Parts: sequence; C-alpha cells; structure tokens
Amino acid sequence: MTTRLPAKDAVIVGLGWTGSILANELTDAGLDVVAIERGPWRNSATDFAPNYAQDELRYRIRHELFLRPAQTTFTFRNKMAQTALPIRNWGAFMPPNGVGGGGVHWNAETWRFLPTDFTLRSHLTQRYGAKFLPADMTIQDWGVTYDELEPHYDRFEYLCGTSGTAGNLKGRIQPGGNPFEGPRSRPYPTPAQQQPFSHTLFGKAAQGLGYKPFPQPSGNLSRAYVNPLGVRMGPCTYCGYCEWFGCANYSKASPQTTILPVLVRKPNFLARDLCEVTRINVDGSGGRATGVTYVDSSGQEFEQPAQLVILCAYTIFNLQLLLLSKIGTPYDPTSNRGVIGRNFTHQTISDVESFFDSSKFIFNPFIASGAIGMCIDEFNGDNFDHGPHGFVGGGYMGQVQTNGRPIETTPVPPGTPKWGAKWKQAVRENYLSALKPGTGVHGSMYSYRDVYVDLDPTYKDRFGRPLARITLDFHENEIRQNRFLTDKFAQIFQAMGAKQVVKQYRLAPYDINDYQTTHLCGGAIMGTDPKTSALNRYLQSWDVPNLFVMGASAFPQNAGYNPTGTLAALAYWSADAIRTRYLKNPGPLVHA
Amino acid sequence: MSHIRRREVLAGTALVLLRQAAAKAGVIAGELPWAPNTESLPTAARPGPWFFFTTAEGAAIEALADRIIPPDPETLGGKDAGCAVFLDRQLAGPYGHNEGHYNAGPFEKGVEQQGPQNPDTPAVTYRKALAALDEYCLHAHGGRSWVELSAQDQDELLHGLESGTVVLPGLDARKFFENLVRDIQQGFFADPIYGGNRDMCAWKMIGFPGAHYDYREWVGRHNERWPHPPVGIAGRPAWNPDRS
Amino acid sequence: MRDRAGKYAALPLLCLSGALCNCATAQSGGDQQDFALIDRGRYLTVAADCAACHDDPDGHHPFGGGRAIQTPFGNVVAPNITPDRETGIGAMTEAQFDAVLRRGKLPDGRNVYPAMPFPYYTRMSETDVRAIRAYLGTVAPVAHTVASDQLPFPFRIRASMWVWDALYFKQGDFKESPSQSPQWNRGAYLVEGPGHCGACHTPKGMLGGDKTDQALRGYSIQGWFAPDLTNDRPRGLADWSNEDIVEYLASGHNRFAAASGPMAEEVSHSSSQMRRADLEAIAVYLKNQAGATDNDKPLSPKDPVMVAGAAIYADLCSACHKPDGSGVPYLFPDLAASASVASREPTTLIRVVLEGAQSVATAKEPTGPAMPAFGWQLNDAQVAAVTTYVRNSWHHAAAAVSAGDVKEARRTLNAAN
Repeated sequence: MTTRLPAKDAVIVGLGWTGSILANELTDAGLDVVAIERGPWRNSATDFAPNYAQDELRYRIRHELFLRPAQTTFTFRNKMAQTALPIRNWGAFMPPNGVGGGGVHWNAETWRFLPTDFTLRSHLTQRYGAKFLPADMTIQDWGVTYDELEPHYDRFEYLCGTSGTAGNLKGRIQPGGNPFEGPRSRPYPTPAQQQPFSHTLFGKAAQGLGYKPFPQPSGNLSRAYVNPLGVRMGPCTYCGYCEWFGCANYSKASPQTTILPVLVRKPNFLARDLCEVTRINVDGSGGRATGVTYVDSSGQEFEQPAQLVILCAYTIFNLQLLLLSKIGTPYDPTSNRGVIGRNFTHQTISDVESFFDSSKFIFNPFIASGAIGMCIDEFNGDNFDHGPHGFVGGGYMGQVQTNGRPIETTPVPPGTPKWGAKWKQAVRENYLSALKPGTGVHGSMYSYRDVYVDLDPTYKDRFGRPLARITLDFHENEIRQNRFLTDKFAQIFQAMGAKQVVKQYRLAPYDINDYQTTHLCGGAIMGTDPKTSALNRYLQSWDVPNLFVMGASAFPQNAGYNPTGTLAALAYWSADAIRTRYLKNPGPLVHA
Repeated sequence: MSHIRRREVLAGTALVLLRQAAAKAGVIAGELPWAPNTESLPTAARPGPWFFFTTAEGAAIEALADRIIPPDPETLGGKDAGCAVFLDRQLAGPYGHNEGHYNAGPFEKGVEQQGPQNPDTPAVTYRKALAALDEYCLHAHGGRSWVELSAQDQDELLHGLESGTVVLPGLDARKFFENLVRDIQQGFFADPIYGGNRDMCAWKMIGFPGAHYDYREWVGRHNERWPHPPVGIAGRPAWNPDRS
Repeated sequence: MRDRAGKYAALPLLCLSGALCNCATAQSGGDQQDFALIDRGRYLTVAADCAACHDDPDGHHPFGGGRAIQTPFGNVVAPNITPDRETGIGAMTEAQFDAVLRRGKLPDGRNVYPAMPFPYYTRMSETDVRAIRAYLGTVAPVAHTVASDQLPFPFRIRASMWVWDALYFKQGDFKESPSQSPQWNRGAYLVEGPGHCGACHTPKGMLGGDKTDQALRGYSIQGWFAPDLTNDRPRGLADWSNEDIVEYLASGHNRFAAASGPMAEEVSHSSSQMRRADLEAIAVYLKNQAGATDNDKPLSPKDPVMVAGAAIYADLCSACHKPDGSGVPYLFPDLAASASVASREPTTLIRVVLEGAQSVATAKEPTGPAMPAFGWQLNDAQVAAVTTYVRNSWHHAAAAVSAGDVKEARRTLNAAN
C-alpha cells in the first residue's frame, strides 16, 4: 500500500553535489523542498573520524562508502553483439551512495572545461573539416557556452574554497597558471596547494621541455576558509587518504563541508535518507511530472507529490530512473532514434610508472592530497593541431599521484615476479623511489553511436526492475589519442631522471575490472535539438517541463577533465534559470 | 608484549563490534544529526583459533603465505606476519561470502572484460582449492600433502598454477592463485587490526608511516626520509606510558 | 503606560461582560496583554533560558515540562509552565508566580528546589517577573502532567529546604553599584540575575549551595566542567577580549573556543538571541572580575606520561588542533588557549576525548564542527596520557589526569547514555 504524503513545492532525487546545490537555491527562493537520498546520512566526526578513516582495506579495497551492487548495479558488454552480464562487484567506476554522494569521496580535482569543449562539433568541423571526424562519432554542441557558465564555475569554486593559480584572468594570461584555460573573472579563492617532491620535480622537468606546468586546481584547501554561506573549512593536511575516503578534518570540499550545515537549518528543507526513489510519476498526458514514488528501509512505499522534480542522482541512476519511468524516448542505436541513453561516455585514462635511483630520490608518496600535482594542458581538447595525428580530443596529464597506500602502491619494475622473495625485495627497494601517478593521463572520451545505455532484458534489481545495461568499448580515435598522450607523458618522467619508465597505454577492449575514474557521462544530454538531446540548455526535460535532470548525464561527450566543476556550474546555471524564469512562468524555457 | 596486549584489548571491546545498529530511514531537518557512540567503527580481527579454516587448511594457507611472502632476515614472512589469520577472518566475514555483491543469476560465462561471473564465493573457492591442491600433491608428490613439500617443490607448484600448467579440477586454478596472491599481499599491507602486517612489519619494510594524518610540516621537505615509526589504527608502542 | 486607576477600572468591566478572562489576573497589576510587557517578558525568558529546562524532552512543546534535571542529589523534573489550567501554571496568580521565581516558594507553601535557580532569579525586579508571566501567558497551552518530585529520600522532603534557604538564599532585587557604569550594571544584572551563570559556573558546597567567595570560578555539572569566567590566567577569560566574549555568546564560536554540551544549548536557546548591547554588557562585567594567576610548574616533557601523550597527540590530534595546539579559528578549538584544557577539573577534557562532542551551530556560525570520539580506541592510561599532555603543554600547567580518573569518567558516561 502506498502512502501519499503532503505535496511539496519541489522534490530532489539524490542529495549529492547537485542535489545540495539545487536544494539550497530553491529553498532560498522560498520553495518548500524535500530531498530523498537512497543512502545514509554521513558526516565527518562520526563517519570519517581521523582515527579510523585511514583504512585502506576497508575503504579502498572493500569499497565501504560506495553503493553495494546488491542494492543496484548495471550490466555490461563491449559490443551490441554480446550478452551483457552483471557487474557483480565494482571495478571500472565506483558509484556513490549516501548524503554527499560522490562529493564525499572524490579527489576534489576541480577543473573547468575549455571554451571549445562546449562547441565541440562546430569547432572541430570548422578547423579540420567534417571528414576528419569518424562517421560514427556523435559529438554535439552543448547549447550553452563557456562564457555563459563562467559566473557559475566561479560560484562553485568560491563555495568550495578551491585552491589554485589562475592562468587566464579576463583574457590576460597569468604566469604559473594554465595558459589554455578559459578566461576567469577573478582568481581562485585560496592559493594553490603546496606540491610535494615528485610533483615539483615533474613540474620542473615539464618546464624544461617547454611546457607550462601549473598546480592542479584542488578542493582540498591550502588554508582555512569561510565560504559565502558562512560555512568554514580547515586546511588540508596532505594525509594521502583522500579519494575513496571521507575527509576527517573538514578540509575537502563536499556537500557536508560547504552547504549542508546551512541547508539543514532552513525550516523549508527536509531530507530523507535510506529512501530509494523508484519512479518519477507523470500524469496521464505524460507531459507533466506529479512527483516521485520511493521506498524506505522497511520496504514501505510512499508517494511524494511535488510541483517540480529535480533529478540529481549519479549518471546511470538518472538514466535508469528515466527509462523505468518512461520519460523520453529510449535510444535505439540501430535506428539512431531516441534520446535516453544516447551519447554515453567515460574517460580515457592511462598511467606511466617510473623507477628512480633509490640512493638519490626519496619521494615519500604518502604525502599527498587527492588533487595534488603539477599538470600540463598542452595536449587537451583542441589545444594543439590534431591534423598530423589522425585523432581528436586529448587530456591533461600530470604527476598527480595522490597517495602511497601500500596495498595498491607497490610498484616493481617489469619482469619482477608477482610473488616470492624477489617480489618482496623489489617492493622493499622501490617503494620510496618509484612513481605511479594513477590517472596520470586524463583523456577525453567522445561519443559514439554504439556506446549507450538501455535496459537489460534479463537481470533485475532488488525490486524486480530491469537493470540499466551499458554497451561501451573504446574506439580507435581514443586509442590513438591515448597512445600519443602517454608517449608525451613518459618523456617528462624520462626528463626527471628516471632510470626506467614503463608506459601503460589504454588499450581496447574496455575492461570493467580496471578502475578508470567514476566519470561516467551522458545518456540524458543537453542540446538544442529534441531529436538528439533529452534536455534543453537549462537541463530542463524537453518532454516534461517540470522535470530538470542534473549531473554529468547532461554532457554530450566527455572532455579531458574531471567533470565535477562543470556539472556543478551547470547546476547553478539551471537553478538560476529556474529561479529567475521558470518559477515566474512554469513551462518550457526553450521552444525548439 | 604490550603491543599484542593492546590488540587484544581493542579486539575485546568495541573495535570488534560493528557499532552502527541496523540503519533505519530517517529524516534530517533543522540541525545536523549527531549523537555520541554512533561511529562506524572498523571490525578488527579477533585473536584466537581459526574462524573459517580447519586446522589443516590453516596450516596449508600459512605455508602458501610463506611462499608468496618468504621470511627474510629483515622482515617477517607471510605466515609470521599474520597473513593467514587475515585471510581466515576475511573469509569468515563479508568478503568470504561476497556480501553486497550482485549475486543473482543467471551466471553466464562472459569475456574477461565483463568481470567475474562465478557463483562460488571466495569461501567456497578457497575450500575447493585447498582440497584440490592437497589432492594434486598426493598424486604428484608421492603421497605427500602440500605442507609436507619442500619449499622448492612448493615454489615450483605455485609457478605451475600461475602459468596454467598445473590444473586443479573443478576450478580455475590460475584465477585462484592470482586471487590468493592478491589476498595474502593485501593482508601483509593492511592495517594490523585485520590480523596481518604484524607489528606493522610490512610498513616498516617499505617506510610507510601508516595511519599518520598530518604532513603539513613535511610537504616542503623534499627528498628527506620520514624518520618516525609507523602508526596503525591500534596505535604504536610509543602511545603507552608504561613501556620501558 | 496606563495609570493604575485606568487599569483597575477596565478589568472588572471585562469580567462582567463575560468575556473570556483569567479572573485571577484581574487581581493582579499590569495589563497582561500589553505588547511591550509581553515582549520584554519574551526577551527575559530567552535571557533566563527557561526553555532549557522547561521545554518538553522532545522540544516539540515549548515550556511543556518533563525534562529531568540532573543534580548531585538525584533528578528534579521541570514542571509544565504553559498556561494550561490543569497541568500548567494557568491557574497560578501573579503573586504566586513571583513567589516561585523570587522567593523559592510554591503556591501551596512548599519550597522550590534550587535546581530552579531562584537564588539568581530573586535579583530580577517584580516588573521583570511580571513581564515573564505575561509572556508565558501567551504561549500555547500544553496538557502535560509532570510529576516533579523524583528525588530520593531524604532530599524529597521539601520542608527541609528551609535549612538550605537559610544558608544559601539571599532574597532581594539586584542592587546597582553607583560607582560602576550603566553598562557594567546591566552586565551584572544579567549575569547575576536572569542569566544565572553562576548556577553552573560557581563552585558549590556539599549541600549544593554556591561558594560565594569563589563566584564564577568553575564547577563540574552534568559531566562537563563549566569553566572559570573570571580573569584567571590560564583557566579563565584573561586572554579573551570583550569582543571574543561577545562573539562566543552570539555565535557559539570565537577564535579560541567552541561551545558544546550544555553551553551549546545555552548559546542556541539563549545568548545567540540576545541583543548585542546586552552581550557587550556581560563582557564588561565578566572582564571586571578579578582572577588569580597561578605559577604552577608544568610536568616535564620527559615524563613518560608526557612522552606517550605527545606521541598520541602527534598521531591523533595534530591533524585538527595543529602541532602547536593552536587549532583553526572558529573550527577547531585552540587548545593552547583553552579554559577546558586548563581547568582545575579535567571533566570536560576527558569526556570530549572519550565521547566526542558537537559544537553549536548558529545562524552566524552554522558549521557546527564536531570532535570525534577516541574512547573506543584509547585505553584509560592512553587517555590519561594525552589529556595530561595537553594540560601541561603550551604554557599550561595543570594537574595530571590519572587512568583512574578516566575509568570513572567512562563509568559516568555509560550510566548517562
């Protein structure tokens, strides 16, 4: 039996970054808002205390902060010809769960996309000609420009206290920053983090090769900070237990450390944890959302009516909910029709391990934060001429090694046995003088016709509903891109004085076992044409005007950067449109 | 030794218990929820006899651990470091039963890139594998079991598992060995509260400070060795005023 | 303000007309529906923090009663002070209400237990008490029967309170000091009257009466140590400026300290809602209280307890409180300047280490950072070592904490939870 609750002005599905941003904006506008979160409430002192947060086995290996696949998972296959099988335990990406979402255990790498990333198809076509792009590449322009998003990027960075060195202030290139970035209106709110030894050396070597290295923009703060909401954060202590873990000393930007203390005090806000939204309800016409249905931890079902529904869950959860609620036409790759599930992407990541003379180099890899590192952006986006190379896209690269946690960080030279006395000795000898950046090459993944999400025909979740099915493989374009970037990356380690450099190219087929960031994007993309996008440029559903869908699911393709900065900027951009235009006159904000 | 006593003390009290009661859906409004004694404490390995392994299995795993991480004059081997204890407690717990995994069928064999699709849990697999290993040894090594082989013969057998030349019926021996190496090495490097890495020997071997959390004064000290002994969740000897 | 004749003339008319009226109030002076009076009463109720004791346990029914107030002698349960006639104070006359607050006497002649701080409220004027009564008359009546008498024998014999009253109760309005400024006097009135700071912060004797010669020098209550509020260095407010005091009372946080436990409640319900001028007056008064300066010697850093404490501090505490104890202003308390660290009794320090604590979140300072718990991880000797270490570092010199102290603190905390 479903209990119908009193109506709210707005219901927000998922209380992560975008859910918190939207809840705060809408409550400020006077709306009565309820946020419904599948996972538990979490907070620093009780859940990430500094006396047990430093537990690699529990949090990194056993994934304790993440969603349990038993609760929901996806099926996966590389190609349409295969049968998709369940992801029984996470590998390639780590779906979040709980209040704060991915914002709790992210690295806090806080990037902006390039201006050309937003007009990608137009730009690349103009520069290289349409034939330069693979025929089955389905990249699109976003419908919004960098300049339109700039104030909202700024807003997010000042919310977080992001630590960095500006590279482009109002069009003037600044020394020490990223010379390729889009113009920013003002500097970062706090200075860049200090860089440990190997990261500094990388920067010097890169500079020697003619690049312009800069410190990675970091949501792990370089100093104590109070944000515009009055919430305070502390300085990062470079503990090396950042990504995969909660921060124990209030120094990593997260919904908990930046928004929630203010949000929960508002009388017009309420959050429900451990409640899973199972459906977005629409009226008989299919053109208006009436609210959501959710199930609590006892299995009781509730209906939450609302005037406005904001879907703020992680990428694939958004897609699954849209598909199961029959909102928007599901994408069919064969006919190339439909929108939900289209233009699904991940990231193209590779690494380079390097070994140095242990009598000359003591790297102390355990001194690091999640967003540490010196990076170069010469090979990102269209920052270089792709003409001779036969691919498009790129990424930043850097010595971004975030930790020396031993279970995952015992690099040994190639040819070393994987066990036994020689293995033990090699680990002993190399731990302090080897480098393993991790996501060292952080390349884009553009979208393709045969990479998409739909519903699985066989496997079900605990409610008996079809799981989302991922069909994903690398295309030649990304393989070439990665080879090119990885070779460049390796040269820098060589220049640092490594005695041995080991390239680990990203190769097809895409492997669900191998962690490659949690940057799944697309599937409910924004755009200018309802035939090829699910949302308009304000992230409003073309089909259901009182439904807005936040997150990286809106990205028509993924760029060579971490997505959080951009999805947060889009959330502020969308919230602004809701507050200044939609609420005054509910209805479609764009007429296609 | 006071350090062991500490582990026992911790293991005998709250550390062993999952402090968090079964979570119930709640409402957050008005203020940040906080109450004392609501931490999510780790589940430490309790000292004592095997929880999962039989005596024979335990001995076999100890011998395996000592081949994967042999003892040397500087650092304990896998057995003395407690890796078998680690694995025993892990197999007795959620890891052993694939708790939280998606365990619904049908179980189809896919490609490697689609991840493990094995209905057998680690607990089942280890049991099968250890039995099969002994069975193999009895036949191939003149009636001797795995623990009775010489170190050299053991190594040779393990190389065979690794390369696929030694096949064990009823399971993917190569995959089993890969996972075994991973599990033993994880136990070696995990926090000592989980049973392995005894006295933080593995961390001392590589120079890893453990659970230390504040490096602000060290970020700028490039190319300098970290001078302090490691610390774990259960602390380190220097925490005790009564140590001499 | 209306003259008395006008008031008395008006009310009997209202009664005769049959209009709903509380005939008991017709006998009293003052128009109970005068906005200025009611608002004054509301403010005084905030300053006196009636809600802290008299709100119902869930906080859903303001002033509905039912909370157990822990005293060294047992629990006293706060009554329902909403205007409900059967279960609240609706039937009480103004004179009777005044007698409770300013003379410690219930309407039936029994004595009030000083868990109700009438020895402080006695300093309020009759007008002020009337104003409080007027305000309480406007809150929603709550039907909630509260059994107030829950003290064990012999303390439940209220009659014996006359002895206590004779020893410790000095009835009478607040007397201004002509030689002091109006601001000082206002601060004194607030601290010694409705604010009743000494009820927690003044040491008490065996029978629970204030040791008036040690006013505001700190007292252990409900498992916390309410620190010294005089200008004691280092146990009191010597290093706090007036502005530090005002900030702390207004937001729960300043550059040194964070209010948690009972003080978090006080800030939340009371001082964060008081006028800034009043908080400034309180600061003036407190900064005028002479304090001692001890020249105790700290424990040697070489002492094995200090060495162990230093190791624990470096591994567990420094990531928030910094190696030099200075913390992060408004986020992690400055241990080097902390009264809770330096207090004679380490009650607060021990319990915060064992159980953690959440600091107060206010509109001005919404962060509400919380201290995590270490009691599950550290044994008694280790807690004793690290607390002794902070109590003897960075210019602090305070008595060492023993493992026995910690064991006792655990016992108390477990009993309370």
